[in-house]
Amino acid sequence: MTTAISVSGLVKTFGPTRALDGLDLSVATGEVHGFLGPNGSGKTTTIRILLGLLRPDAGRATVLGGDPWKDAVELHRRVAYVPGDVSLWPNLTGGEAIDLFGALRGGLDPKRRAELLERFDLDPSKKARSYSKGNRQKVAVVAAFASDVELYILDEPTSGLDPLMGAVFEDYVREIRQEGKTVLLSSHVLSEVEALCDRVDIIRLGKTVESGTLADLRHLTRTSISVETARPMTGLAELRGVHDLQLDGTRARFDIDTAEIDRVLGHLTLFEVRTLTSTPPTLEELFLRHYGDELALEREAMEANAR
Amino acid sequence: MSSLGSAFAGTGRLVRLALRRDRIQLPVWLAGLTLTQAATVSSVVGLYPTEQERVAVAISTAQSPVGVMFNGIVSGTSLGATAMTQSFLVVAIAAAFMSTLCVVRHTRQNEETGRAEMIGAGVVGRHALLTAALIVAVGANVVLGLLNAAVLIANDLPAGGSLAAGAGIAAVGIAFAAIAAVTAQVSETARGANGMAAAAIGVAFLLRAIGDVSGKVVDGGVTLISAWPSWLSPIGWGQQIRPFDRDNWWVLGLLAVAFVALVGLAFGLTAHRDLGAGMRAVRPGRPAATSGLLSPLGLAWRLQRGVLIGWAIGIVVLGPAYGGVGDEIEDFVGDSEQLAEYFEQIGGAGSLTDLYFAATLSITGLAVAGYAIQTLLRMRAEEAAGRLEPVLATSVARTRWMWSHIAIATLGTVLLLALMGVSTGIGYGAVVGDVRDQVFTLTGAALVQVPAVLALAGLVVVAFGLLPNLAVALSWAALAICVLIGQLGQLFGLPQAVVNMSPFTHLPAAPAAEVTALPLLVLMLVAVAFAAVGIASFRRRDLALS
Repeated sequence: MTTAISVSGLVKTFGPTRALDGLDLSVATGEVHGFLGPNGSGKTTTIRILLGLLRPDAGRATVLGGDPWKDAVELHRRVAYVPGDVSLWPNLTGGEAIDLFGALRGGLDPKRRAELLERFDLDPSKKARSYSKGNRQKVAVVAAFASDVELYILDEPTSGLDPLMGAVFEDYVREIRQEGKTVLLSSHVLSEVEALCDRVDIIRLGKTVESGTLADLRHLTRTSISVETARPMTGLAELRGVHDLQLDGTRARFDIDTAEIDRVLGHLTLFEVRTLTSTPPTLEELFLRHYGDELALEREAMEANAR
Repeated sequence: MSSLGSAFAGTGRLVRLALRRDRIQLPVWLAGLTLTQAATVSSVVGLYPTEQERVAVAISTAQSPVGVMFNGIVSGTSLGATAMTQSFLVVAIAAAFMSTLCVVRHTRQNEETGRAEMIGAGVVGRHALLTAALIVAVGANVVLGLLNAAVLIANDLPAGGSLAAGAGIAAVGIAFAAIAAVTAQVSETARGANGMAAAAIGVAFLLRAIGDVSGKVVDGGVTLISAWPSWLSPIGWGQQIRPFDRDNWWVLGLLAVAFVALVGLAFGLTAHRDLGAGMRAVRPGRPAATSGLLSPLGLAWRLQRGVLIGWAIGIVVLGPAYGGVGDEIEDFVGDSEQLAEYFEQIGGAGSLTDLYFAATLSITGLAVAGYAIQTLLRMRAEEAAGRLEPVLATSVARTRWMWSHIAIATLGTVLLLALMGVSTGIGYGAVVGDVRDQVFTLTGAALVQVPAVLALAGLVVVAFGLLPNLAVALSWAALAICVLIGQLGQLFGLPQAVVNMSPFTHLPAAPAAEVTALPLLVLMLVAVAFAAVGIASFRRRDLALS
């Protein structure tokens, strides 16, 4: 496995705030890598370092085998970038901006450009000042996907797009992956990450807190089980890894640590299983598990304010 | 009629919001225009203390088409009337700009940015936004009128004339607030609305210029009776109040009628359009870029060309005017010893005409430095607005991006100064019947300013590289200091070390003085060194996003 992006111990401070605090990230060539974290956790700062726009205070970052700061100009021929908040020149049309970004990166495919404009339903003859946020986002997305590069760095690329356009975006990401290209996808839309990403990194307060395939991450969390048996169940509450049990004779609902799933299923067969549904944890739940304490704190603060 | 009342619901709240947003901007306008008036009055008191001198300046101004075009009408020889010839047009036009910018800012700009949508979703009537903007603009003009009247009264001028002058200035501003109320409905963008309103100010200026220049001089040469085109212009109406001479208060009636008619039209238009829409649709642009745009230099040119063209037009209009009066300068200055002394202190030795051109070109140099600063600060604006980030994420080197803007600022500076020399030369040459030589001499003299402008421009590049967040403030402060040193340095006897800080101090006063190469070379070296430091610093620093 070759690595497209490799980051270790990255530190970046802005005055008193420590935006990155020893962040690690590794993206393999040819994968779609999810980059998750709440607002202000350091996603955009990391991306800006990867693009040579900011200089890290400590740590190492390598992009496509080069130093993102020193080799910026050379590397950027092989990288396409969609910023989270796209600002365009108000007096340039969308089409002009797309061509400009393409040319500055080293050229774009006119056939692909036309196809993308149609799929994303973007009028390229409108001045950027009349574009909505979603349309500005489309300009950057079209410019990126119309370029033939090895690495796509996408910072919340669908934040202004409607669900229909979100689906078109997902199609293109899949297409790019099939061509063997690498994508770093920072996102808030967990369903999108779930649908597209091979591996994810979850960061928090400038540090990587979880990293791996979705299957790896699921393993660390709980699966919801809903079961109906022929005979009343007993002894469930005593089993290791069972949580939030609601038992009503022959019906039961509970959560289970994914690592303990086999042992619990064995126990259930003693009562002759009639129906069983198992719901794997969503990324949403993974996310909430890591930020749950923050949410709880926020809720407390809100309640305190209300009082 | 509850529907009529509800159309204005929330106006009071919006007025407070507008005042809060303008809490710095409007006071700066008011203070600036009041100080302009105060400075003009006290300079008139100092330059023309006797009736005899005022008669002379009135006669010579009224006889000079250029004098009439830029100063406006001459009406009487009292101290107040002489001051009005110098200041009324400037302050009234500035009041017009203050008003149009204010109205557009609180109407169309709000709609364009989507703020109006949030406001409109609250308990706010259909007409509230426009009404609030007009209340703020009219209020600002009333305060401006009172401040101007107070300044005039404080200079011991008659109260009646002072109030008439203040009222005239306020009325011109208010009339243009109403014009902006209409343009803000017609255009879909704030830029377009401001542009149309500025064009209206330009047309009003030209109409009265034509009317005044083709007017009749009576009363032994000290009163100019304007021809009919002046009466088609709100600026012309303001002048026709003739403060300190006739105090024609009735002219305000014309301005009031125009205000009511225009505001009525604007409200009519708001009632017949959707929020965010205009009367004139935005034209579609190119669906694809031409090859000229597709490089850092192409992009920089596209972003900067409008500013350069605007400056070039201004210079081509002003140059011949400055040149045209070159011939009259001996007569003009001959009547005022102070003015002659002023020219000599600014320029050193040489004929009065040469000194006049040296002074004119040195002021032009400072103005063009304003162009260079405006152009270079575009780099900072691009960075702060987040538009530089995606550009540098492409395969564009920071150095190359910076050089594109520096190249345009440098070539633009040379072009504008050369244009000033050529157009002044044509104006003066046409009067004295020697276009070729005058164009040659004055273009050379104008280009002497280039090294000083570039040295100051270099400082902007350093500020952008080292202190991006302060670059805007530092750059304009540096220009302000150069202007102060240039205008007041020698007159007020500032220490030489301070005077030497301005690069313009070191320029030979061409065409009055011999041009020596050394100071020009040193200034060019300073400019190059500054640019090198600025570029090197930018290469090493983080992008500073707003």
